[in-house]
Amino acid sequence: MPADTTHGSLINETYEGSQELQPRKGLKADELLREIGSVLRMSEAEAADLGNRDPGSDETMIINMGPQHPSTHGVLRLMLELDGETVLRTKPIIGYLHTGMEKQAEDLTYLQGPTNVTRMDYASPLFNELVFSMATEKLLGIDEEIPPRAQWIRMLMTEINRLASHVLFLATNGMDIGAIGMMLYGWREREEMLRFLECVTGLRMNHNYIRPGGVAADLPDGWRDDVLRLLEPLPSRLDEFDQLMTGQPIWRERLQGVGVITAQEALALGATGPILRSTGVPWDLRRDMPYLFYDQVEFDVVVGTYGDCFDRYAIRLNEMRESMRIIHQILDKMPDGDYRIQDKKVTPPPRARIDESMEALIHHFKIFTEGFKVPEGEVYVAIESPRGELGCYMVSDGSARPYRMHIRGPSFVNLQTLPHMMRGGFLADGVAVVSSVDPIMGEVDR
Amino acid sequence: MPISFDRGLEGLDHNIITGTLESLVKWARQKSMFPATFGLACCAIEMMATGGPHYDLARYGMEVFRASPRQADLMIVAGRVSQKMAPVLRQIYDQMMEPKWVISMGVCASSGGMFQNYAIVQGVDQIVPVDVYAPGCPPGPETLMHSILTLYGLIQAGELTRRRERNGGGAGILVDQRDGQTAGGQPVTIGKA
Amino acid sequence: MEAGTDFAVPATTSRGQDVLHVPRERLAEFVMELRDEHGFNMCIDVTAVDYAAHHAPRNLPEGVAPERFEVVVNLLSMRDHRRIRLRTQVPESDPVVPSLFDVHPGTEAMEREVYDMFGIRFEGHPDLTRILMPEDWIGHPLRKDYPVGSIPVQFKGVENAR
Repeated sequence: MPADTTHGSLINETYEGSQELQPRKGLKADELLREIGSVLRMSEAEAADLGNRDPGSDETMIINMGPQHPSTHGVLRLMLELDGETVLRTKPIIGYLHTGMEKQAEDLTYLQGPTNVTRMDYASPLFNELVFSMATEKLLGIDEEIPPRAQWIRMLMTEINRLASHVLFLATNGMDIGAIGMMLYGWREREEMLRFLECVTGLRMNHNYIRPGGVAADLPDGWRDDVLRLLEPLPSRLDEFDQLMTGQPIWRERLQGVGVITAQEALALGATGPILRSTGVPWDLRRDMPYLFYDQVEFDVVVGTYGDCFDRYAIRLNEMRESMRIIHQILDKMPDGDYRIQDKKVTPPPRARIDESMEALIHHFKIFTEGFKVPEGEVYVAIESPRGELGCYMVSDGSARPYRMHIRGPSFVNLQTLPHMMRGGFLADGVAVVSSVDPIMGEVDR
Repeated sequence: MPISFDRGLEGLDHNIITGTLESLVKWARQKSMFPATFGLACCAIEMMATGGPHYDLARYGMEVFRASPRQADLMIVAGRVSQKMAPVLRQIYDQMMEPKWVISMGVCASSGGMFQNYAIVQGVDQIVPVDVYAPGCPPGPETLMHSILTLYGLIQAGELTRRRERNGGGAGILVDQRDGQTAGGQPVTIGKA
Repeated sequence: MEAGTDFAVPATTSRGQDVLHVPRERLAEFVMELRDEHGFNMCIDVTAVDYAAHHAPRNLPEGVAPERFEVVVNLLSMRDHRRIRLRTQVPESDPVVPSLFDVHPGTEAMEREVYDMFGIRFEGHPDLTRILMPEDWIGHPLRKDYPVGSIPVQFKGVENAR
């Protein structure tokens, strides 16, 4: 680092605030001893304070990446300790998208809940709605009585959402590594899936479709043809992506051996989803603790070997193929029946009856304004979202609003693996690692 | 058509465009706008979809989102702004060079949206002056394009600077939602209001 | 394995799910015991609940005195495909709980969130600072005495805003 005088004159002209490059100061000895790990445990106040102390002989520097940065996948801020280009320690700083959703949920009824929760993991919103609805149904005691058609519709919609989320991963991952065309290809696929979702739910994103009791509306006529038309070009397109990325030497150089994490580390840190599966642990809630009707469909759990970024990319690509397999089976197995439970307590009456019967009108009014009361208790329900185990812990006190609703966001816990994966790599590899973790900041910060 | 110098300046008739300096400046400003990446939440996904091949922002020359605010003139605030993010937003806005415009995309950026609580800034116009508000949760790509085109039209007409002077801040124009137009397979007609 | 018989702490079930009620001094060692001897190798979630405004019966077993806060730990056994939930009572006057960081390093971020949102301190945590709110924020948002913060809509003609 140059002497302080030149640095000082530069500071006055282009002072960028706390994003300024600060020289590294000597840590206290006991901190150094405790910090042989990869996590930079320094509060933001301390980091900002570093610039005020006298410069020593500097070997490493602490720089800031984000929160506004093209590669941080949303508003993730990383404080990196760098030795040249090599990353030593990292501290992910989150909270830039904290929305107070858990507090907001205490003010919203159980029917309004999915609207709130769906905006957490906004790349795969139907999963949030599903886990919230499943927790509510378990508290109500109606989880065994949901009609089969509703459960199969939920499976269909969530698997299509999984496809859309993984395509988003491929697009952003490709763009971060440098295959910028992948962004455009990915969005081409995603538009088809969003078009189907719009056809069924009315919205492209944040659908509020899966509600406690079933789903909001039945599948429209001709949905089978729509799904087949959606699935038909996908296998050849996935092969295109394989050709563009998987076998390509640059892609392999950039992803193989980068961001390695071992199975013990992943288990200890609570990582789930593609990160855990990339280390070789074959844990997938759809197969190991099945919910909905996943025990009646056949699919493989894709597992990696090396725990690196390439494995995570390959796992998500192949999970798309497995999802397509599941969807084909759902097309055959979809039963007829109700799309929501016919329990008067939970389900509003059909819209046509509101014009005819006063009782139906009052019933509709009460459900949508007051909400239905859920008996006292607490549950935890978990499903397998594209990012890992998405869980909902709900406490109810007998009223029409949840007393406490907590969503266990997989990205929140998976982000803890980031410092361990980035250690020893270059800064550019850090971008690849963040991209392979595929965090969605909405569910990290809630 | 080759330039013929025999007729002197008269031969140059077909090769010169004339106009007022003001209209040329406005034309240059609106046709070469670079957006800054400020995607925060769900609206960012729809903003990326607008840049995607189906809805194609590249036809306006805007598909390159500049990462550095110094190179950008349009900031599309896409998503909910939390208390922690507010100073960052202001800092990025301050780093942009004049002339700069702000589109507040989505209801969370425009007014706090459904999140009326301690954590979300209730409207990004409390922090930066907003020129166009795009409603929707999230606004589809068609609404976003409509808001961008509204911004262009207002820059061209000079209306934007007039409104800014009148308001003392941003122009504050609210567009209506235009989603779902192509869901039925109908063609998009560019330029149609 | 039936609920509670193997674990020597009071147990209940809630909607078919096993819940153990652990005294807070024993929390870290109990979680370690569950990890080493009973195969609960993964800590899925650490969260808390503020029961200050809860007016319904709380489904606690005998011998467990209800306090204002509860720390809830969710564990998963991959070997047995089984989940178990631990609930610890935390008094308002002394909101301190032993940290699970040494048993499950993945609880670092989750405990920081509980500290940020509820003000419950975790002893033995390496870096207990705010994670979601700005570092200098005052107050703990998910406590029941912290208001939601909704601003009344100042709209002419509306008498009582929501």
